[in-house]
Amino acid sequence: MSINRRQFLRRAGMVTALGLGGSFVITGLRGKKVEAAATSAASEYGTSKNALVAKHWAMVVDMSKFRSEEDFKRVVKSCVSIHNIPDFGNPKDEIKWIWKDDYEHTFSGGENEYLTENFKELPFTVMCNHCEHPPCVKACPTGATFKREDGIVAMDFHRCIGCRFCMGACPFGARSFNYRDPRPFIEKANPDFPTRTPGVVEKCTFCVERLADGLMPACVEASNGGLIFGDLDDPKSKVRKLISTRFTIRRKTELGTQPSVYYLVGGDEHA
Amino acid sequence: MYKGGKIIASLIIFVAFLTFPFFSNMGKANAGPEALAATVSQLAGKQCVEPASYMRTNHMQLLNQWRNADVRDGKTVYVNTQGKSFDISLQSCVECHSTQATATTTGVSNPVLNTSSDQFCVSCHTYASVKPTCWSCHAGPEGATK
Repeated sequence: MSINRRQFLRRAGMVTALGLGGSFVITGLRGKKVEAAATSAASEYGTSKNALVAKHWAMVVDMSKFRSEEDFKRVVKSCVSIHNIPDFGNPKDEIKWIWKDDYEHTFSGGENEYLTENFKELPFTVMCNHCEHPPCVKACPTGATFKREDGIVAMDFHRCIGCRFCMGACPFGARSFNYRDPRPFIEKANPDFPTRTPGVVEKCTFCVERLADGLMPACVEASNGGLIFGDLDDPKSKVRKLISTRFTIRRKTELGTQPSVYYLVGGDEHA
Repeated sequence: MYKGGKIIASLIIFVAFLTFPFFSNMGKANAGPEALAATVSQLAGKQCVEPASYMRTNHMQLLNQWRNADVRDGKTVYVNTQGKSFDISLQSCVECHSTQATATTTGVSNPVLNTSSDQFCVSCHTYASVKPTCWSCHAGPEGATK
């Protein structure tokens, strides 16, 4: 049996159409089925009744309340213990969410040339500034770090691929990378918060998981009033009142990232 | 056939070699996770997030939706088709779906990959050869306090 070219082309065309059409029908049906299964459940998602909500979460650091080493330690420890932050014991691998830093690493850059010597000697409590225009979010290629409606710059550890662009983009050094498996280095694990895996970047999240349960951030609770947290968009909130009545400064405002962490200086005799 | 005996003998050896895995595993077929109920802590008045039939086919999609809702949209409560609310957390799952036999998994190897475990997730996932990595970060059964 022999076929001519015309017949061959016709048959080939028919077989191709059959194959393609068939696969479309199969995948189409399967997609429908999954979709139907997903939507058949008229379920919904909501928030807890206790959840604290705000339009723009912000923090005020009252420098007058951070006098002794103990004040810093207590605040840092409260964060470390609930967020499973490992201690690798060396500064290269260090993971920091909230920490104590000196003037040079905190406010240098846009300062007046002559500040009181006292001010330059002070240690400062620093953390992620949850900027209004976060450069880390722009740098992230996977959307693993993103800005929430309430102004918090959050991390989705599931999506982080460990490219560390965000670390390069953050002008505050607020992000840390897990170069090693953190689990063996966690002093006492909190099972209610996930640990991280090697190759994931992490940072302060303003305790979104606590806000969702109606609790203030852990550092705020531990700070004895040194850290004040609230809604910057609410004129009646404590942070807003403090910021509008007292003199506050923010870190590296010249970069235009609009940090949400304000430092209350010039309060009392200290700072 | 030229050298027919050798050819046929080689063919037989070849086919035997090729089908060796099938014969060696014959009768030892993985029976599948049958004792699933035994790995569920029966708590009085507890019902699953969604009906078991739905969960069996769709739990992976539901978990992904939960993850996105909680992490990205800040929605921490799931209201199911019966109108019952659940905290969006893996602990809402392992509260029931575990033998409660393992110690906290933080700092221990991944229990989902640990095939000797008789935990709920493991028994099915081992059978289906699925290796989710939930427990490399999240605390597994018995880890939770809430």
